[in-house]
Amino acid sequence: MTQLPTSTQKKLGLVIDLDTCVGCHACVISCKGWNTENYGAPLSDQEPYGANPSGTFLNRVHSYEVTPLATSAKPHPAAQTIHFPKSCLHCEDAPCVTVCPTGASYKREEDGIVLVNETDCIGCGLCAWACPYGARELDQDEGVMKKCTLCVDRIYNENLPEEDREPACVRTCPAGARHFGDFADPDSNVSRLTAERGGIDLMPEQGTRPVNQYLPPRPKDELPEFDVLAPYLEPVADNPGGFIGWLDRALDKLPSKGA
Amino acid sequence: MAQPTLELSPKVSDEIRKTTCYMCACRCGINVHMKGGKVAYIEGNRDHPVNQGVLCAKGSAGIMQVNAPSRLRAPLKRVGPRGSGEFEEISWDEAYQIAEGWLRPIRETDPSKLAFFTGRDQSQSFTSFWAQNFGTPNYAAHGGFCSVNMAAAGIYTMGGAFWEFGQPDWDHTKLFMLFGVAEDHDSNPIKMGLGKIKAKGAKVIGVNPIRSGYNAVADEWVGITPGTDGLFILAMVHCLMKAGKIDLDYLARWTNAPVLVDKETGLLLRDKDGKELVIDRKTGKPTAFDTQGVQPDLSATHKDGHKPVLHHMAERYLSDDYAPEAVAERCGIPADKIRAIAAELARVAFEESFELPITWTDFRGETHSSMTARPVSMHAMRGISAHANGFQTCRALHVLQILLGTVEAPGGFRFKPPYPKPATAHPKPHVKVTANSPLNGPHLGFVHGPEDLALKEDGTPVRIDKAYTWENPMSAHGLMHMVISNAHAGYPYRIDTLFMYMANMSWNSSMNTGGVMQMLTDKDPETGDYVIPHIIYSDAYSSEMVAYADLILPDTTYLERHDCISLLDRPICEADAAADAIRWPVIEPDRDVKGFQSALCDLGARLGLPGFTNEDGSQKYADYGDYITNHLRRPGIGPLAGWRGGNGDQTGRGDPNPKQLQRYIDNGGFFVSHIPDGAQYMKPWNSAYQDWAVSMGLYDAPQPYLFSLYVEPMQKFRRAAEGHGEIQPPDHLRARVAENMDPLPFWSDPAPANLVDDYPITALTQRPMAMYHSWGTQNAWLRQLHGHNPLYMPTKLMRENGLEDGDWAKVTSPHGTITVPVMEMAALNENTVWTWNAIGKRKGAWALDEGAVEAKKGFLLNHLIHELLPPKGDGHRWTNSDPITGQAAWFDLKVRVEKAPAPTESQPAYPPIKSPVGKGPKDLAWKVGQ
Repeated sequence: MTQLPTSTQKKLGLVIDLDTCVGCHACVISCKGWNTENYGAPLSDQEPYGANPSGTFLNRVHSYEVTPLATSAKPHPAAQTIHFPKSCLHCEDAPCVTVCPTGASYKREEDGIVLVNETDCIGCGLCAWACPYGARELDQDEGVMKKCTLCVDRIYNENLPEEDREPACVRTCPAGARHFGDFADPDSNVSRLTAERGGIDLMPEQGTRPVNQYLPPRPKDELPEFDVLAPYLEPVADNPGGFIGWLDRALDKLPSKGA
Repeated sequence: MAQPTLELSPKVSDEIRKTTCYMCACRCGINVHMKGGKVAYIEGNRDHPVNQGVLCAKGSAGIMQVNAPSRLRAPLKRVGPRGSGEFEEISWDEAYQIAEGWLRPIRETDPSKLAFFTGRDQSQSFTSFWAQNFGTPNYAAHGGFCSVNMAAAGIYTMGGAFWEFGQPDWDHTKLFMLFGVAEDHDSNPIKMGLGKIKAKGAKVIGVNPIRSGYNAVADEWVGITPGTDGLFILAMVHCLMKAGKIDLDYLARWTNAPVLVDKETGLLLRDKDGKELVIDRKTGKPTAFDTQGVQPDLSATHKDGHKPVLHHMAERYLSDDYAPEAVAERCGIPADKIRAIAAELARVAFEESFELPITWTDFRGETHSSMTARPVSMHAMRGISAHANGFQTCRALHVLQILLGTVEAPGGFRFKPPYPKPATAHPKPHVKVTANSPLNGPHLGFVHGPEDLALKEDGTPVRIDKAYTWENPMSAHGLMHMVISNAHAGYPYRIDTLFMYMANMSWNSSMNTGGVMQMLTDKDPETGDYVIPHIIYSDAYSSEMVAYADLILPDTTYLERHDCISLLDRPICEADAAADAIRWPVIEPDRDVKGFQSALCDLGARLGLPGFTNEDGSQKYADYGDYITNHLRRPGIGPLAGWRGGNGDQTGRGDPNPKQLQRYIDNGGFFVSHIPDGAQYMKPWNSAYQDWAVSMGLYDAPQPYLFSLYVEPMQKFRRAAEGHGEIQPPDHLRARVAENMDPLPFWSDPAPANLVDDYPITALTQRPMAMYHSWGTQNAWLRQLHGHNPLYMPTKLMRENGLEDGDWAKVTSPHGTITVPVMEMAALNENTVWTWNAIGKRKGAWALDEGAVEAKKGFLLNHLIHELLPPKGDGHRWTNSDPITGQAAWFDLKVRVEKAPAPTESQPAYPPIKSPVGKGPKDLAWKVGQ
């Protein structure tokens, strides 16, 4: 049983924009690359060239299909695809920490990042069972629990240019769907985005109070019915002859541009 | 308990080496972090014009490419039968001797006996130069089986197309419309652009039978029936013209809409200097289009009855054949939705227009105080082009953009240097073969009439791929997909040596994969030799094609080599800047391998090719880096535009600079020259841009031109088909040429030729974003993302066939059958099935275990697609290609699907090939630092 801090000075985390994520997996592999080379044991792969390869990833993208409920206005709504990147949400009430028998799992007082101290981790896997999000993976090679570190070895790293002091997944995201910042600061980029776009907790009923926030997809397939747009296609002619006549009149009305 | 003390500022790397990615064709800038001389981490280069710091999954996985167990280690000589994979490693000297032994006699007698085709080649200006020096007419890269329809239709219509040619004006666009399967080309820039416009609240419309990737984030999804994009586009053209929602000022000034069409010949009326004639609205007289002060009239008709192009367009597109109601069922889009989208295009283009306060002077000498925005932009790639109607469909899309006045207007589509560049500014094809001599000019180019075709005196094709013949007159990128089958058939002739680079023709890069394997291994019963006697292949990895070659020249990985991403070739420019880039060996190979281009420098010198030897016969270029630095294509123009001249102070034009590569390295691997203020938009007509382009060496003289809504060269071919002129098509092609070489876009239905009545479902492929164009589908990290490729089926077809996820289905086309696992997908056109391309692997290839999921459950649709269409009963076998360009019509595939008992593995299954490099390790924990 490990204690959570009563409060943290900062609440560092991610905003993930589900309206913009195209599901390209750039964040997945950038994370794999950085965290294989950096914090703790490398993220290993078993049977990397074998029948069924599997490896440790701290961030994965799942794709879901959603078919909206039919309404009288839209009796046959089109199905939608939603790409859903998932990594540790650095919960304020992190059940993975309190369940840890050795104190290896902990939440940092200064910034709220949930980490695993690999030297104390016995690989029992209780934390992975306790996490309702499936965000932890036991490295098969090293036998220790791996999870998102929010790139704690990047965000304060004085060997990196200041603009690069952000998680690898955020730096690499081609669509700009991932944002990093301090949720304890109401004026931070992540707090403002969350407020403006109605950011949500993932599975709030679990009572974990996740720090990471997801921006929901904007409504889709909302193009107005044609009758609303009809004025933009008001016919000027019904046949080629009429069209040529219209052309002649329209050309006369063109403002003369130029000097 | 006290928190552990963390090292928050660990050393990131010893050194950052900046080069250009090659995990796909997008050519992003990368920072390669080195530790102890090894690659430790790869990230995007923030300063780079293409990716501005971001990097996709492929790019970040490059580290697993550099350590891949499938890397070839040394030159290989085949010792078993072709296709067995049995090789022995030999020295480079022996490899060159073998190659020279085959190639020298060919060059001395008939250079066309060499077919040299390069696949995903980013050095085409170099490889084509080599082939030209060898003297064979048989050279092309993979454009013919990729997206030549898009490229050629764009160049003939407006002097460029999408991706490398141009991009949406992401900063100003308010509506972005994306057509077809397009999660691939321009991968990071499109994602960055989508992110940018989403952040601003601009709208995205996705037109794609499959709602994945970009279409998943589109605000509006149009789940169109494959192959009907052209019809949908022309229906929108119908709506827009009927409503007068076209940009008349733009059309009158910058396009051939006002140019008069000769009522007898269908050719454009010209003055004695060859300039197109318009009626001047001020004088009412026919006047050269570029006359100062001319006001081209879109409305008036010539006194002799010759009408302007726009009249012809009105006659065609105002017809009820293009009314939304007439096309809705075929396209699978309700008529009102077609109208709503057309209306939205009109609303945004004209109601949300604005002026940018940019003063500029056009080619007629008129100065304008602003530029009018048309903030509608579009993008498309293979999805709409890989059909037999693809050229005309791409033409239709370009015409739609032009009618709205968006091309080169703020908010619309913007060219990237060296584009805009009209078809007339490109070379024509060259095919004159002389023993022991170079070809008479560049192979590939743009034809402008029957006189430019590549035909022998007896009317047979000069080229082995039958490019530039009546079967496909405008085949600007060649037809790589036809080379093996033509060479095997001995028509137009037999060849001696097939030489290929980075092209997996015995697997995922061929139609009719099993048939191609047979063609590569067939022997001539008379001689006992292989029908294609010699095959040389260069690849960095143990791909399926390796097993089918006689001699392997092992290439390096992309971090071990020199390359140039040249303005002479397929550059990395942005709409605001000309740019080029290099690769350089950030690590040295630990194997006996050599960059393919360096091997060609060696081989060219051994063969005494004039471009590769000095006057005393010695080798001219020690390696590709030497070539990049010192080669001159024209006086002052070399492969790289930056830091030219002895002091490195010249841009575009200048003498070679011996320190040029180091200057590139010092600058992060790339060079950028910004287009001056006032020249960034309206480039084809903007004098400031034209002058800048000349100073950069992009053109030798300003060449403003009109966009071709009406493509006159097509009418020349059509006239020939109608019996005019001396160069005549064979009778069996006459009707086809006359129908297809229509100078205005039209839609034709590719489905009947693919037997849609018996095979009612369209089968498509996409490349996953994490693997597109990637030579790395065996990559240890990427294969964990996309190791399975089920056949995705829409809910309706799953139910009709009693299928559930994990079941297997037999998929049958007119050509063949495969049996594969299926998965339901609701966000899919209800008559379309699809899978990820090129996930399936041949057992034994790529250093993977023979039981690899890709080899057991993975599969290719290629087995269902033939390079020829099913027989029509007219005595001819027509190619499964666009009749204008010859582009492979991959996406016209029609199939039937039925439930099948689960086999032990996907069918057809082929026996394993022997791996020349063994197998990969059992575990991987790749940390190079301590």
